[in-house]
Amino acid sequence: MGILTKRRLVRAGAALAGLLLGGTVAATVWAQQLVADLSSHLIAITTGFTGTEVVLFGTTDGAGDVAIVVTGPRGPATVRRKQRVAGMWMNTDSLRFDQVPGFYTVAVSRPLDQLVGRPLLERHQLGLPQLQLPADATLPPDELAAYRSALIRNKQRQGLYAISMGQVAFLGERLFRTNIYFPANVPTGLYNVEALLIRDGDVVSAQTTPLVVSKIGFSAEVSDFARNRPVVYGVAAVIGAIAAGWAAGAAFRRV
Amino acid sequence: MQVYLPIAEMSVNALLVLGMGWLVGFLSGMFGVGGGFLMTPLLIFIGVPPAIAVGTQANQLVAASVSGVLAHWRRGNVDVKLGVVMLGGGVIGTAVGVWIFGILQRLGQIDIAITLSYVFFLGTIGGLMLVESSRAILRRRAPTARRGKLHRHIWLHGLPFKMRFQRSKLYISALLPAGIGAVGGMLVAIMGIGGGFLLVPAMIYLLNMPAGLVAGTSLFQIIFTTAAATMLQAATNQTVDAMLALLLLIGGVIGAQFGTKAGSRLRGETARLALAMIVVAVALKLAWDLFSRPDDLYTLTMGLR
Repeated sequence: MGILTKRRLVRAGAALAGLLLGGTVAATVWAQQLVADLSSHLIAITTGFTGTEVVLFGTTDGAGDVAIVVTGPRGPATVRRKQRVAGMWMNTDSLRFDQVPGFYTVAVSRPLDQLVGRPLLERHQLGLPQLQLPADATLPPDELAAYRSALIRNKQRQGLYAISMGQVAFLGERLFRTNIYFPANVPTGLYNVEALLIRDGDVVSAQTTPLVVSKIGFSAEVSDFARNRPVVYGVAAVIGAIAAGWAAGAAFRRV
Repeated sequence: MQVYLPIAEMSVNALLVLGMGWLVGFLSGMFGVGGGFLMTPLLIFIGVPPAIAVGTQANQLVAASVSGVLAHWRRGNVDVKLGVVMLGGGVIGTAVGVWIFGILQRLGQIDIAITLSYVFFLGTIGGLMLVESSRAILRRRAPTARRGKLHRHIWLHGLPFKMRFQRSKLYISALLPAGIGAVGGMLVAIMGIGGGFLLVPAMIYLLNMPAGLVAGTSLFQIIFTTAAATMLQAATNQTVDAMLALLLLIGGVIGAQFGTKAGSRLRGETARLALAMIVVAVALKLAWDLFSRPDDLYTLTMGLR
């Protein structure tokens, strides 16, 4: 075994330990230019869930700027356009997008346009204008743009795409942190949290951390039941309703 | 108090939903209508996706109608024979409605079809009831006015398959209540409502049923159509939110009890006038939404549909 491989093994072990320990970032600092982690890797949606905040924190090996991109699970989405037909507003056209993230937010330590050029912004999908949203059909550019901005506008209204960029705060020169807010209607699934270290107009280091948003407890059982055994669920819902109606009727008999 | 709805995937204020359930349950008990035509717009208004609003409130209507029927049953206000005949038509109507729903969905115009049918049915029925009940109230205030005939015979009463309904003191063609049930069943499938607002006036004006029996009998029939709709929605679309239904039905069953008591104290024409005004108000609101320019001309739907 050569010295090089041994060194690599040690490095990988240290990185793994750093990941496992979560908070103890110091272990990997010498190996990576950027280390970041989340205060929690699981957002549990329980019956009382009203939205939550996750803290992303980390350290860099020196001066530089940090950008954080949070992307929710991707899936198809349809945007429909209404037009006036006989005085009524009805859906006349639609466009399907294939890989629409359910959630998208960016946090930066300095305004993006001061950090990197357009090609890099596009490569890392930094910022809503750079978010890749492939459409299912070919349309004239201006129409495509109208549909695209409508998609983003609707998502922003639901609170799932950030309207403005979040702020990454530096504590001293190396330590940074930012708060990521997830509203109550946050889609479930696997999220990607990407931290980028930017120095002299270039992305010099990147780290991706997974984040799981999942229903837990009663709400998870209900949605699993409804999805996995829909017919039984329907029958149970009807029986429950009859029982509840009957119980209420009986209870009120004496009043 | 915020509660997370597992199927709708959103968080709502539990007290607000309980209150909505109570209000709709109260009206349901008072007028013998399911109240679905009020609940769907209310749920959509607080942000519940339309498909889940429709599927879930079918479920809560089952509970509301059961408790409503119990209250009417104790007062002997349910004509089971007539209800079963209506139900026979209701099953056929539901099947036809599901078929029409499928066609509209493929054409991509189900939303506007639902709104248009709301405006049409609520507007027509509400308008007719408004005119009739205000006339009845005016007649009551002017006792010198000539009294109308007890029974008016129109061509509908000449249909075959005559049946005797002792409880309602009616001797009419079975096709009549079955046909009313069929239209009601179609409305359950297409509009996701119990259809009481249509059944009640139809039973009063077309069948000339004794007013006291109308609410109990229509609720009896609605139990079965809404139960079928719940199972269909759960099995095919997974749009029944048990948590939301639970909140709605707790509020609903309590409200229905108060509503039934309040309804027995109301005079028939006064109750009809009040119901007519609510129905017309909802129709006008929906028509306004249809014709006024929406804030955003574009809407977004996640998923394949």
